[in-house]
Amino acid sequence: MLYDAFIGPFVEFEFMRRALASTFALAFGAAPIGVFLMLRRMSLIGDAMAHAILPGAAAGFMLAGLNLFAMAAGGLIAGLVIAVGAGLIARSTQLKEDASLAAFFLISLALGVTLVSAKGSNVDLLHFLFGSVLAVDDPALFLVVGIASVSLLVLALIWRPLVLECVDPGFLRSVSRTGAPVHIAFLALVVMNLVGGFQALGTLLAVGIMMLPAVAARFWARDITGMIGIAVACAALSGYAGLLVSYHAGLPSGPAIILVAGLLYALSVAAGPVGGLIWLSLHRRHLEA
Amino acid sequence: MNAQLQFRNLTLGYDRHPAVHHLDGAVQAGSLTAVVGPNGAGKSTLFKGVVGVIKPLAGRIERNGVDPQDIAYLPQIAEIDRSFPINVYDMVAMGLWRSKGLFGGIGRKDRDAVEHAIGAVGLTGFEPRPIGTLSGGQMQRMLFARLLLQDARVIVLDEPFNAIDTKTCADLIALIRRWHGEQRTVLTALHDLELVKAHFPETLLLAREPVAWGKTADVLTPDNWTRARHMCEAFDDQAQACVVEAA
Repeated sequence: MLYDAFIGPFVEFEFMRRALASTFALAFGAAPIGVFLMLRRMSLIGDAMAHAILPGAAAGFMLAGLNLFAMAAGGLIAGLVIAVGAGLIARSTQLKEDASLAAFFLISLALGVTLVSAKGSNVDLLHFLFGSVLAVDDPALFLVVGIASVSLLVLALIWRPLVLECVDPGFLRSVSRTGAPVHIAFLALVVMNLVGGFQALGTLLAVGIMMLPAVAARFWARDITGMIGIAVACAALSGYAGLLVSYHAGLPSGPAIILVAGLLYALSVAAGPVGGLIWLSLHRRHLEA
Repeated sequence: MNAQLQFRNLTLGYDRHPAVHHLDGAVQAGSLTAVVGPNGAGKSTLFKGVVGVIKPLAGRIERNGVDPQDIAYLPQIAEIDRSFPINVYDMVAMGLWRSKGLFGGIGRKDRDAVEHAIGAVGLTGFEPRPIGTLSGGQMQRMLFARLLLQDARVIVLDEPFNAIDTKTCADLIALIRRWHGEQRTVLTALHDLELVKAHFPETLLLAREPVAWGKTADVLTPDNWTRARHMCEAFDDQAQACVVEAA
């Protein structure tokens, strides 16, 4: 009974196993990135970047059809161009980076939807926007796992300057010139992970597995290492539970995964031990010292 | 005596407007210098120039072989995100950056050094506290601990005693005097002239242009102060290009 509910679907069906493996890989790659985005007050930047990927993936689709690597390459290029472009415009004009990103992503979204619709059907468009984690094949799985591995490696390499740039950018500038390259490497990681999530969750939902677990983790841990651990666990749990819910209830899998992540987020806001609403509302006696 | 920092007809500023105008002179190696002057006198601007954050509009700064990145610098308003989840220990340990860089391991000796620095500023016991829970004075003590670990030949402190109580101020002054005793070159901007007279042998009185520079007692005269007050005027948008040549 319990076996049928929680383990059976994955033993029985290969597509469920692949889907599970790819969501776990996404959890390891994207959730730590999400924690840094949140701590740098860039939570919505991820959203903007996710939209920005769409026209690139669409261009890949127009040139090569539903070819995974063409679409991934297109998305990667478009995302990087827009990240760098928004950064350049922010530095050379009065616009702040978020304002220029907002402009870019709206243009990108419109352009992407137009491109996909011109070549393909509404089904293709749905696939682009919301992904199809149950259709992940071997090459797609390798891509996601590869991206997660590279992402973790790069994160380990740039860990110190990245943390330092978040907490005290002035100090980093005064001791080292790594600030700008590290910022660019970090933006590249954001784009890479969104491209990784694109096949499984689509451009609109890929950012969900990145941000929701990260924001939830803030309510459970006081230090960044703990936050990242909890964010990864929370993302993996969302993937597992979301797939089960979608399997048993016949719901679309991508949205189910993100809804579970949303539920975990709501739980954390309410009951998380670090500043959760329930703890705040308990008027516990203050300490002696 | 040799010059650690040599300013040669140095002009620093923003949008072509000078905030430090035609500064000439030398900061001797191992000297302890107070930089005083009214608000807007160019003290912070001078420091940003010294540590290489801004480039001179004209003239130059010679640092006698010290790389700008090897100068320990405490800005007036640190851009620290106090909500960031990092504790006092890790924040202080960042002072090891120059010796450890991106990947260097933190060994037993380094941990002792971090503990020692935290102890030296009187923050023992605060190691696991998130930085967001520190008071203003504790924050400043923590930043001094990080400066201690940086172990720099040249140390630049921009108004380190603003909004700091007398006890903390006395403790931090003791650290500055210790650096002076270790032959490090220390430049400090501050407003409390009693502190300057009591602890700083050399003083630069700045009011966009240098008013006086030398022994503290010779610099801090009422005459010099009056001159300094009159020299700090607002930027003039219609100002003509400056044609003064190097002295």
